[in-house]
Amino acid sequence: MLTKRIIPCLDIKDGRTVKGVNFVNLRDAGDPVALAAAYTQQGADELVFLDITATVEARDTLASLAREVAREINIPFTIGGGIRSVGDVSRLLAAGADKISINSAAVKRPELVNELALEFGSQCVVVAIDTNLIEGEWYVFTHGGRKPTPLKTVEWAREVCDRGAGEILLTSMTSDGTQAGFSLDITARLSGMLPIPIIASGGAGSMQHFAEAFLEGKADAALAASVFHFGSIPIPRLKAYLQAQGIPMRMDF
Amino acid sequence: MKLVIIKYNAGNIQSVLYALERLNVVPLVSDEPEEIRSADKVIFPGVGEASTTMRYLRNTGLHSLIPTLRQPVLGICLGMQLMCSYSEENDTHCLNIFDERVRRFKTEDPAFKIPHIGWNTLEELSGPLFQGIEEPAYAYFVHSYYVELGPHTIARTPYIQPFSAALHKGNFYATQFHPEKSGKAGATLLQNFLNL
Repeated sequence: MLTKRIIPCLDIKDGRTVKGVNFVNLRDAGDPVALAAAYTQQGADELVFLDITATVEARDTLASLAREVAREINIPFTIGGGIRSVGDVSRLLAAGADKISINSAAVKRPELVNELALEFGSQCVVVAIDTNLIEGEWYVFTHGGRKPTPLKTVEWAREVCDRGAGEILLTSMTSDGTQAGFSLDITARLSGMLPIPIIASGGAGSMQHFAEAFLEGKADAALAASVFHFGSIPIPRLKAYLQAQGIPMRMDF
Repeated sequence: MKLVIIKYNAGNIQSVLYALERLNVVPLVSDEPEEIRSADKVIFPGVGEASTTMRYLRNTGLHSLIPTLRQPVLGICLGMQLMCSYSEENDTHCLNIFDERVRRFKTEDPAFKIPHIGWNTLEELSGPLFQGIEEPAYAYFVHSYYVELGPHTIARTPYIQPFSAALHKGNFYATQFHPEKSGKAGATLLQNFLNL
């Protein structure tokens, strides 16, 4: 049976992980490769690396990060942050990344989704959507969730799917950082409406929240950062908990 | 041991290279018929589209070389599909090593997303490729087309209906999943292939 995926997200700045990490005895918690290896051993199903500086200079660092991670770990990983062109993606995939994620660049120029799907296949094109609930309607935000757009999330999600996105990484800015649970309604709406997988993100604070993301939010995968980095939810315990709730999990790690 | 990865216009050769390096093997990536023919083992990887890739294989003559290889050959993902007789992906005639047709997943059930992406179970494992891999085992899949169950099936996976997760016939082996991205089980499978 196809399992639901648990995805730790690592924020990257200047080639280093940011945010404190205290869940394992790592000599250097800022080393994304060591952290990736530790998460892999714990049973993470996939990893996402997001470059939060997203500058032109950062793209060189990202390609070498992709190479180092691909060398070390044997599970799939996605890289995002500042990707604007077919050339950017080509370098990251050639370095060993399995997928890339685009966000603001797709909003700015939606044809980029078509170009990437045509050139590399939909399977490696993740479109990240940051969304916020404004007066009862979910809207798309860009630039790390700071900049509002007139796009409605439901319509934008359908458009990127039609343009060839292989997966949608949906981050609810309304929930992000609150540890009060994923935004289940918008996640379930997109999942029910679109034929491609939806990764739920933003708001994970407890193991119950993950169960809700899968059972009520109908998510195919759930992504989180802090609860994993700070060790409040160890991945093996989370997976055992979810499996006991009848949610299929990969347990052979 | 001389291990050759067939070089062609398919993506993600790098991940396969790294996975083999982790097993302390340094493969040669080549499209030279002599290099491929003289290898002890051959890997035919692939991520991409069937018709474009078959056209490339025909133009380079690799389409007639691959089916005549005598050493162990491992096809991965699109590599496996191209080793079948025909693919529905853009109506493509393939290498005909396995007399199987490659079909597109179809379902009216919204619970099944297409492509099939993620970790799924490997069931009813048989043969040397799966030695030491205990069920339930999980492997990483990314695909929209599949091979039905048949006489060459050596592992099955349920998605919409059970399909062939791996095939074996003579010296030819193939997996629909990506062993290079399938954690411990994948690494064990690659090591088993190297041990053949």
